[in-house]
Amino acid sequence: MSSFFKVLRPGINSTFQDLGRFGLQHLGIVASGCMDRLLYCNSNKLVGNNISEGALEFAYQGPLLELSGEKALVAISGNVNFKIQKKSGQTIVGKPNESFIVFNGDKIDILSTVKSVYGYFSIFGGFDLKIIKGSSSTLVKAKIGPNDGNKLKIEDKIFYKKSYSKENTKKIKFFFDSDNTIRVMKGLQFDYFSKKSQENFFSKEYKVTNLTDRMGMRLEGEKLENIVSKNIKSEGITKGSIQIPGDGKPIILLSDHPTIGGYPKIGNVITADYDKLVQKTPNTKIKFKLVDLTIAESAFREYVRKF
Amino acid sequence: MLKKISNIGDCGIACDFGDEVSKKTNKEVIKLFNFIQDSVNNKKIKGILNYTPSYNKLIINFDLEEVRSQEIIEFIKDSDFSKIILSEKNKTVEMPICYDEEFALDIKRLEEKTKLSFKKIVNEHLNTDFFVYMIGFVPGQPFLGDLNKNLNHDRLDTPRVKIDKGSVGIVEKFCTIYTFESPGGWNIIGRTPLNLFNIDKKNSSLLSPGDTVKFKSLTKKELLSFKNE
Repeated sequence: MSSFFKVLRPGINSTFQDLGRFGLQHLGIVASGCMDRLLYCNSNKLVGNNISEGALEFAYQGPLLELSGEKALVAISGNVNFKIQKKSGQTIVGKPNESFIVFNGDKIDILSTVKSVYGYFSIFGGFDLKIIKGSSSTLVKAKIGPNDGNKLKIEDKIFYKKSYSKENTKKIKFFFDSDNTIRVMKGLQFDYFSKKSQENFFSKEYKVTNLTDRMGMRLEGEKLENIVSKNIKSEGITKGSIQIPGDGKPIILLSDHPTIGGYPKIGNVITADYDKLVQKTPNTKIKFKLVDLTIAESAFREYVRKF
Repeated sequence: MLKKISNIGDCGIACDFGDEVSKKTNKEVIKLFNFIQDSVNNKKIKGILNYTPSYNKLIINFDLEEVRSQEIIEFIKDSDFSKIILSEKNKTVEMPICYDEEFALDIKRLEEKTKLSFKKIVNEHLNTDFFVYMIGFVPGQPFLGDLNKNLNHDRLDTPRVKIDKGSVGIVEKFCTIYTFESPGGWNIIGRTPLNLFNIDKKNSSLLSPGDTVKFKSLTKKELLSFKNE
């Protein structure tokens, strides 16, 4: 008997992701991959998987899933509010960042992420996902990835590879980072902006708007004045680049960013602060702090120790 | 010539070949691109995740757990990539195109603006050996050049909300082919039935940076009966 989860409610933006699809950006294929790397890796570790095993990423409201088949060891990572509805009718408040066992007929209702955006759902042995160019990440806009490159939708069936073998639940301590300071290195076109704008960028607050998704995060705040040119010759984009279009409002390019772009970039978010950034919900006010490569690299070494 | 290498955040570098957008400059970029691709494939350098050429730059992204920017910068500075011969790596592709008025949405406006006849515009386009400067924005979308000066024209003032897949557009001295239905502001002059992108194929993108494209005219009937392999 093949076992699967039936999707009773898909959630807002539920996609399968792993660490990313690399080596193809020169053909217009962005790496994609999980938004919050630490939480993604934790969800795999909680069920004893390799960290490259694809997990289900959800944003804000997650899916409602019903298990049909053999019992399974699963985990949800993040600051997530969820419950488990037993076949008997009993409802259990779910504990995130801790693996648990679900049985045939049980429903997992991922209600919401709390003061954060993304969470992850993993299963022991992994979901049965189509690997495309070495990755099970989904890029919805180009229909690349498992589930035909689509978000989860109602009635989908999510098959998993192995049935449950041995009881082995784990916990990982979850750290909620409420700090709203994001460290940034100078971008390639930092000098395109007036001295005043450079100062504003690193001293004023910028508000995360609801025009934010896996592609990018639009911010509102003090407009940044470009004194050189509003466009540049299109060039390759790096995740975390902060581009400033003609209207002077920053857009931070996130995991599903276009591969090339023609707006000047004032800065780049350092790798160690990317997970923290993507978890900021709309209306959060963030501040940017200028750092150099040495600081960014040592922050990265500290970040890696969390894994 | 490689003018400058700069860091982009802590896990990227930009190799800058100067401000000029020309085939000459872009060919230097493509040489470094080919060199990095070979070096990655032959495991001569570790940790490189992506390498993205554009008109005048090559952006390299790497895994900071495996390599630091300084090592990659030194690797590039010590290399002899400018001696690579491009013709050995790149191909010429014949691109079918139908200029029927159903698909050539902006040709009337171009006739007015350029003071050239429809036939003259089409002939100029057909007689150009287009160089693939770069691929991207979305999967498989090529940026081709150079169009003859008399065809150079600006982007639409108001971009279209929807442009069909396969539409061929021109702006300034460049030509592009939309590989997905998308919004866009290019002047549309025709349609190709050829599939430029298929993720399930070994070479997902028909074109690679540095290739050459020659357009070949199709009638509407031929377009409709065209079969992709």
